[in-house]
Formats: sequence, structure tokens, C-alpha cells
Amino acid sequence: MAEFEPKIIAFCCNWCTYAAADIAGTSRIHYPANVRIVRVMCSGMVDPIYVLKAFEMGADGVLVAGCHEIDCHYLNGPVKCDAMFEKLRRVVNTLGLEDERLKREMISTSESPIFARVIEEMVEQLKKLGPSPLREGVKV
Amino acid sequence: MNLEDIIKETKTYYCLECGKCTAVCPVSRHNSNFSPRLMLERALMNFEDELIHDRELFSCLTCYACSHLCPSDVDYPVFTQKVRNLASSQGEHGDCTHSGILFSLMNLISRSDIKQKRLDWLDGCRTSQRSEVLYFVGCAPYFEPVFQDIEVSPVSIARNSIKILNALGIEPMVLPNERCCGHDLLWTGDVETFKKLAQLNAQMIKESGAKKIVFSCPEGYRTFKIDYPQYVELDCEPVHITELLAQNLSTLSLKAKRSNPEVKRVTYQDPCRLGRHLGIYEPPREIIKAIPGIKLIEMEHSGDESICCGTSAWTNCGSYSKKIREERLLEAKATGAEVLVTACPKCQIHFKCAMVDKGAEKGTDIEMKVMDIVTLVADALGGKSSE
Repeated sequence: MAEFEPKIIAFCCNWCTYAAADIAGTSRIHYPANVRIVRVMCSGMVDPIYVLKAFEMGADGVLVAGCHEIDCHYLNGPVKCDAMFEKLRRVVNTLGLEDERLKREMISTSESPIFARVIEEMVEQLKKLGPSPLREGVKV
Repeated sequence: MNLEDIIKETKTYYCLECGKCTAVCPVSRHNSNFSPRLMLERALMNFEDELIHDRELFSCLTCYACSHLCPSDVDYPVFTQKVRNLASSQGEHGDCTHSGILFSLMNLISRSDIKQKRLDWLDGCRTSQRSEVLYFVGCAPYFEPVFQDIEVSPVSIARNSIKILNALGIEPMVLPNERCCGHDLLWTGDVETFKKLAQLNAQMIKESGAKKIVFSCPEGYRTFKIDYPQYVELDCEPVHITELLAQNLSTLSLKAKRSNPEVKRVTYQDPCRLGRHLGIYEPPREIIKAIPGIKLIEMEHSGDESICCGTSAWTNCGSYSKKIREERLLEAKATGAEVLVTACPKCQIHFKCAMVDKGAEKGTDIEMKVMDIVTLVADALGGKSSE
């Protein structure tokens, strides 16, 4: 049987993390192809439903990434995101998902090696954990 | 089930077009586009498409105010439930509140492989591995983080319920992987997922060997008592904690509240599921009256005339729902009571939400303490209650 390849959905903010992923590409930094990036205008606009929907549709892990607090294009997006994330983390824990399946990172435009490393680490952890228990009945 | 079967089952063809349903409907009072009578009329005239694609189909609170007054005994809430099922099979759905996370959670909980971690609030409660009595926790562990911003703590209701059961000499079981009862899915037309949840729950309860299931949530209670028997086999008796308490009041020693000496007058909101759906009006009142130092003052509309908290099944909450809530809170304040006691966690969430929403800009005319009856009793038991 082929090795399990996890699927990760990454919500990346337009101004920092998405640009970092872009630069990682143009700089030819290698990172696993398990991640599907969804560009959002700000990490503060990520609603818990986006993340739950990703799990519902068969994601094995979800990453929410955006600017550092001082860099935010809209002043306080990361603060909003942190508040949302704390709630979401508790809900996802109650559902019985492991902590490693849901990640919150702050990655600025110039930190594309960090972006690649975060994805690498996440894929490694998810490979150890195996498919998400919420995947049932979903064709991924 | 097609429209004709629905009409037969809910006795819609007996409709006299008297319009009492629309006159008493809390939604119609604020939203003139919604009329139960018109909905039934459409069904009887066979305007199926108009009925199914009407955006007001999901506005009904299914609070039974209409059927309670209906001279022909038409079951309008069940009519709504079944027509919504038809509508959802054609891709229609209501507007989910809280951006739909609660429905997403219900779907996720229905997946059979999950192993939930839903009992970390249990510390200090006495439960047992094997008992005849099962306490059905319900959605509280999920509501807790979702509604922390409006300062509602559904988990404390669960904790206090177990505390009360302990005081009655019962050490209940709790299911570590209990599923959502599916109430909201059933009432918004998703019967498939509802059935799946019902089967998972029935299986777990059968394996646990419980003979009696205690509920502190009226919605779960209604679902187990009326809806589950139509879909799954359930070999035990569901009972609401207020019924159990009212039967055993003499065995409890209730004292005047020490933690909250200013609470002297309270008023009681009948949750629609407990009141008109199941006819439980007296047990909660007996319990409140049995607590020394507390006086129960009834609102203008109480008992079977009670007005709903404004939203049901996390669907179509809007300005009309807010108006219903504000009116109800003003009614509660007019009694002069300090606390609005209710028996449903969702009533509490909805009222609190209306206060938070309105409080900042329009003053505090609807500000009031809302409390679950279970918390009120646990407080009167002495010791430490969790708030």
C-alpha cells in the first residue's frame, strides 16, 4: 500500500503568508505538495466554519496563517484570529481531534523558509497520526 | 413522504381557515410575510412549489403556539418539519445562525469513527460506570466555547444537574462518546443525518444497560420521547430533571440561597419544548415554590400561553427574533422579578444574546439575570454550585 499522504488546507492571509508561499515558490524552496492554499484577505476573517467545513470535507489538517501582530494590513486582524482560534481549538478538541491537526502560525512575507518548514513539520506529524477520524464517507 | 401524505398525517385538511394560528404566532406578529394559515392554504390548494421555495418556510419557531389554539387540531409544527424535509431534498435550507458552525458540528458528530473528549468538565461530580440511570449531557460541551462571549455556561447546567442527582442519591452514568440528539437536524429537514445520530445513540444506550435517561435539556427530552421511537428502538424511559425533582422534593433539604441573598423574586419562562410540546408546566413551578425565600411571579403570558425565546434549531434568527426576545424580556422585567428562570440552555443563550446585542447602544432596559432552574436548585442545596 502506498504511504498515507495527508491533505492539508491552509488559510493564508493575502499580505503575508500567501506572499511568503509565493516567494517560497519563486525561490525554489522545496516543501511537500500536501498543502492546498486558500487565499484570504486577512487571518482575522477566517471564520470557524471555514475550518470545520475543511474537516467535514476530508482535510487531515488545517493551518491558519497570517501576519505577525505588528504587520497587519488591517491593524488588528491577528488579534481577532487568535480569539477565534482559541474558541475553535476547544471545539475541535472536544470533537476528539489531536492538537496537531489544527495549527495557527504567523509568517511574514520574508519568512518563506519558515513557511516551508511549517508545512514540512505538519506533514510529518500528520503522517504519524494517520487519516482524520472525520474523513468517513468522504472521497478525498 | 409527499405533500399529500403530510397533509393527511398532520390533519391539515381539517383547517377551517379561522386564522387563530396566525393571530397567536409570535413570528407573524412582527413579520407580516409569515403566516401559518397561508402556508396551510398553499398546501391544500396544491401550490407545492410556492410552499417549498417560500423563504419564510424556515421562519417558523415550531413552538406549538398555533396548534395549541387550533380548533381543528392541525399539527402545524410537524407539518413544517415534514415540508422542510421535502424542501431540503430540493436544495432549500434556512439561514443558519452562527455561520452554520453548529450544523457543521452536528454533521461531524454523526461520523462513526470519532472519539470525542467531551467529559473534562466532570471533576467533582459523582458518576458511576454502571447504573440504571443515565444522564444525557447534550450539546453543552460544544456550546461552552462557542457561547463564552455572551457569558453563558451550559456546562455548569450539566454539572449542577449531576450535583442534584447526587443529592437524590443517584450516581448517574454519562456516555463518553455521546452523540448529538439530532433535534435541530430533524426540525430543519435533514432526516438522514438525524437517523444516523439516533441509531448511534440508541446503540450506545442499549450497550450501557440504562433503564432511565435524565435530561436537563427539553429539546433532547422531546427528541428521545417523541421522535426517537419513530426511528429507532429504545428500551428505556426518558425523564426530565424537573419531573424527577418534583417527585422527590420531600427528600431534598432546600435552603434559602446563601450565595445570592438579593434573589427574592423570580419569574419562569416555559421553554416551548417542555411546555406546549410535552405539557410539563407544573413540576418546574413546584420546584421554584419549594425553595425557601424565593417568590415566583408569573409573567403576563405564562404556562401554555408562554412566548418562545425567538429562534429554534439555529435557523433564521434575525431582527424579528430579536424583537420577540426584547418583548419577552420586557414582560419578564415588568413582573419586578430579579431573575428570569428557564429550563432550557437555548432560551438562556438567546435571551443573553439579545441583551448583549442591545445593551451597548440602547441602554439596559432589557438587562436581567437569566438562570437555569437546575442552577437555582443546586444553589439552594448548599455546598458549591457551579455558575
